[in-house]
Amino acid sequence: MAIIRFEHVDRVFHQNGQDFTALKDINLEVKDREFVAIVGPSGCGKTTCMRMAAGLEHPTGGTVSVDGVVVRAPGPDRAVVFQQFALFPWKTVWDNVEFGLLSLGIAEAERRRRIEHYIGLMGLHGYERAYPHQLSGGMQQRVAIARAYVLDPKVLLMDEPFGALDAQTRVVMQEELVRLARQHPRTVLFITHAVEEAVYLADRIVVMSRRPGTLREILDVKSARQAERWDEIERIEDVMDQPTFVHLRTHVWKLLREQQAPGDTH
Amino acid sequence: MLQPRLATNRWLQLSAIGAIGFLAVWTSAALSGLTSRDFLPTPWDVLQRFMHLVREPFSGATLGMHLLSSLQRFGMGFGLAALVGVPLGLLMARFRWLDRLVTPAFEAVRFVAPIAWVPFAALWFGTGIGGPVLIIFMGAFPPVLINTYRGARQVDLKYIEAAQMLGASHWRAMTQVMLPATVPSIVAGLRISAGLGWQSLVGAELIVASSGVGYLMVKGQAAISTATVMSGMLAIGVVGVIIDAALRRVQLTIETRRGL
Repeated sequence: MAIIRFEHVDRVFHQNGQDFTALKDINLEVKDREFVAIVGPSGCGKTTCMRMAAGLEHPTGGTVSVDGVVVRAPGPDRAVVFQQFALFPWKTVWDNVEFGLLSLGIAEAERRRRIEHYIGLMGLHGYERAYPHQLSGGMQQRVAIARAYVLDPKVLLMDEPFGALDAQTRVVMQEELVRLARQHPRTVLFITHAVEEAVYLADRIVVMSRRPGTLREILDVKSARQAERWDEIERIEDVMDQPTFVHLRTHVWKLLREQQAPGDTH
Repeated sequence: MLQPRLATNRWLQLSAIGAIGFLAVWTSAALSGLTSRDFLPTPWDVLQRFMHLVREPFSGATLGMHLLSSLQRFGMGFGLAALVGVPLGLLMARFRWLDRLVTPAFEAVRFVAPIAWVPFAALWFGTGIGGPVLIIFMGAFPPVLINTYRGARQVDLKYIEAAQMLGASHWRAMTQVMLPATVPSIVAGLRISAGLGWQSLVGAELIVASSGVGYLMVKGQAAISTATVMSGMLAIGVVGVIIDAALRRVQLTIETRRGL
């Protein structure tokens, strides 16, 4: 039962002797094995939400808890996939994936079994001895995803994991993540600014307002996915043609557009 | 302003012209009759003397043996500098209190030139091995410490966060993340350290009793043999170039492996 719970979470930054509120009264519950995507305009604090669940940042008010335990520090039960991959460039693909397993003190045979499983699942066979810089961005992010999944964490935290990839690679990775999430259902908190990505991947979408970041609206995607059987549709572009997908996408876009400040052109 | 790139053969040509020009000026000065050839020998005289010193013992040992004992002292001083400087630099980057504790003393001491440690080292160690090792250490220590410290301070935060997220203990985060992330800076520091340590050699060997290139040069001075002194200089120069080339090789290998 892995649940991420944000209760009355505030985050105030101090800068140049001034306080400014980045997040205000965030209340959110990510249920067991639920895939929740947070979307919002840049600077709304969505990444801060993820980092607080990871323990890399701390709320100035309220609490973030996982399975009822208040998050205080980072740990392998809450695996993070970073936008900039953050693979260790001096370690091979295999050693990168193995790093967290060694922290957990898992025996060698079991390590080997798990690493081989996820390396195979992420299409990294034959690249075990390669160094990260020898791989494309998409391949590097596959390694980072394998490194997170292999820990068998309670929750997975993904901070715009496909934001640094080109459009085509991005689509492939989105399809692979859906496949992976179906095979290994996990509790996932996924940060993105890409609306279609959120609708395609998530069970629920949280739309945030611009600074100070608050929860603007929470949308249910799961019932639409089940009603229109998106999981049985192989290609992302065909899913995107489904009427409910189009409707949800338009709705999220409208919510985001309302958040744009006057003069904000993008 | 950007300098235009030179083609490799053009570059070699210019280097050759520079070297030949230098030797030509030196030779003509030596042969001009303005000074005696004992006072300023020609390059050829020095080379002959050099070959002679390689074959025949001078002040108790051949040039090769003198070099060997110099390299031994250098190895100890430089090795000690690396052994202390790398861990200390990493720890200072990690623990602010240690940084505050060490920095003032270090900043004051590092401006005392290695040669200025000679009288102190002589008083403390006499003619023992400790003196030269201390002096070489004083030359080699600051760059490796400073480079390790700065390199460790600049390690990309994402690697530290990844290590924390992956549950690494402090020890593993230090040895498997901080240290390897800092390696390029450390090696760059070691290259400078090796150069400065090797340069401190002659000063270090002013106070040794029986061997070493510096010792050979001091004896050459006593024997009023400029060619012997210059042979020592030649040997120091050549070995210095070789040490630097070896470390440069290490540096390039690491950078290539990282894809830098």
